[in-house]
Amino acid sequence: MKILNLLKIAIAAIRRNKMRSFLTMLGIVIGVAAVIAMLAIGYGSNESIRSTISSMGTNLINVMPASQNRGGVHMGRSSSPTLVVDDVTYLQEHSTMIDAVSPEVDGSGQIVYGSNNWPTQIYSGNTDYPYIKKYEIASGRMYTEKEIKTNAKVCVVGQTVIDNIFEEDEDPIGKSIRFNNIPFKIIGTLKEKGDNTFGQDQDDMILAPYTTVMKRLFRQTYLRAIVVSAKSEDEITATSEEITTLLRESHRLGDSEDDDFEIRTQEELISNFGSISEMMLVLLGSIAAISLLVGGIGIMNIMYVSVTERTREIGLRMAIGGKGRDILRQFLLEALLLSIMGGIIGVGVGILASNIVENVLGWPVLITSHSIILSFVFCTFIGVFFGWYPARKAASLNPIEALRHE
Amino acid sequence: MEAKEIIALKNLHKHYYVGDETIKALTSIDLTVNSGEFLAIMGASGSGKSTLLNILGCLDLPTEGDYFLDSVNVKTMNKNQLATIRNQKLGFVFQSYNLLPRTTALENVELPLLYNPKVSNAERRERAEHALTAVGLKDRMKHLSNQMSGGQQQRVAIARSIVNNPVVIFADEATGNLDTKTSYEIMALFQELNDKGMTVCFVTHEPDIAEFTSRNVLFRDGRLMKDLKVQDRKSALYALSQVKEETFDEL
Repeated sequence: MKILNLLKIAIAAIRRNKMRSFLTMLGIVIGVAAVIAMLAIGYGSNESIRSTISSMGTNLINVMPASQNRGGVHMGRSSSPTLVVDDVTYLQEHSTMIDAVSPEVDGSGQIVYGSNNWPTQIYSGNTDYPYIKKYEIASGRMYTEKEIKTNAKVCVVGQTVIDNIFEEDEDPIGKSIRFNNIPFKIIGTLKEKGDNTFGQDQDDMILAPYTTVMKRLFRQTYLRAIVVSAKSEDEITATSEEITTLLRESHRLGDSEDDDFEIRTQEELISNFGSISEMMLVLLGSIAAISLLVGGIGIMNIMYVSVTERTREIGLRMAIGGKGRDILRQFLLEALLLSIMGGIIGVGVGILASNIVENVLGWPVLITSHSIILSFVFCTFIGVFFGWYPARKAASLNPIEALRHE
Repeated sequence: MEAKEIIALKNLHKHYYVGDETIKALTSIDLTVNSGEFLAIMGASGSGKSTLLNILGCLDLPTEGDYFLDSVNVKTMNKNQLATIRNQKLGFVFQSYNLLPRTTALENVELPLLYNPKVSNAERRERAEHALTAVGLKDRMKHLSNQMSGGQQQRVAIARSIVNNPVVIFADEATGNLDTKTSYEIMALFQELNDKGMTVCFVTHEPDIAEFTSRNVLFRDGRLMKDLKVQDRKSALYALSQVKEETFDEL
């Protein structure tokens, strides 16, 4: 029998029962749409975590003080005063691999300007700090080497801070604000970075010379971290190793002693978050796959009912010359068509749902071609798999009994 | 046209096995049907006439004996070959029409040709239209089967049975679901087809319907009891005109 005739017969049978065909497809539609949307959400968050981390600088290496163990009690990381400015100087003088290095000191406090005030975070470093952390100036200028040397009370402010303490048309540059009661002169503003994946507002901050922040603001001699940028992504591991060697020298650690600092690279961060979001992806994907499977079972159910209901039709087709394999193919093709049509509609609905999620909920989504291909292949497979058994049943009917069926 | 042997049954037996019991549905049947005959197969229920029709229609195989259809011994054929024979040499008309619901008359008639890979799309359409014209449904080709009256549906079924130019049409109680007047109309159609040379085997248990055929064979308990040539075949058209007059008289 010609395949085109077969297709004609199958399409006619589907059209003859529009409502039932639609309901059968619905299971597949929902399943495929769920797979597409879930994977889009999963990949989207994955991708957005990745891009957030790389926007912080892919070449970034963080050196943090190791948490210390005093009399059996682990102390918090920031409280351990193991990293000092001299370490930064030592790295600058001895390292051959480092691209740039800066101390990092941060803390929180209240900004006051006139009658307005706003709680925010202060970050500080040397003149390389904005380069390493990818902060860019929107207007005004960055602090200078001289201002670092003189502990100058100058700062660069982020957009959220500007929005909250200044009037709309007010130019913040040249204005004096107080951070924890220390006056700072604003010399520049930062380009907006937006929220990162962890929901942190990256513009809610001010930037100042580390000397000012250490000596005048927090009166501390140790650093929260040393930030380093490697020359390229490939050299991160080698650079990290060099930093370890140099810092051990600088800290005069014996061979038996543990590092009193910890090195974190962006790669590690990416792979950590990557594994979390991958887990989420698998979870979302498997929930969606289950709904697709349920859709497939729906097809099998309906095809079964359909075979019973159309027993006489099958008998007639056999009586007028349909062979067993013609009947088998017809029902298999019907199941396949239903699942493929359901798949096509499902892809559409899935893309639509992803867009709704993106626009209404503001979640990052990423529709990949391979998730579309995957769900398509999967629902074709479901069509054949779940269509096979009812089709076999139809093909094995005895035409005499089928014709007599009431 | 010279009469040709279409159907030849030689010492045919059909047994069913239900548990340990053997049911002899047909015993030692010898029957020959020539082309152009209009045969009525008669008998009460359980007489074996349905079993015979299933075998004649190549839906079932005899237990013993031979069945030659158009000079081909059916007994040696497998399922697929039987399906091909049904598709190309036989026509079926059923008591309950067995049309596909929500499908046009034309598509219903095209159905047997869909299973014949040798027939092209254009030829299929043309032959279906021709068959529908032959049964007087030229104006209703695009009507859906479930929107037609019983008589019209049976006409579509007859068109479907002749669309493949069969050597013989098998009708199983084809008038069983119809009122007298419509029955006569259908019988008139069969007579018309028969007059054009079509061989028809008509299963019925109604003697007045059998009067419209040219030969009656009577079955009882699985045996062929009587084989009668009908001397002067009654005209269904005439009977129809009588019915119309009666109805008129009653009014």
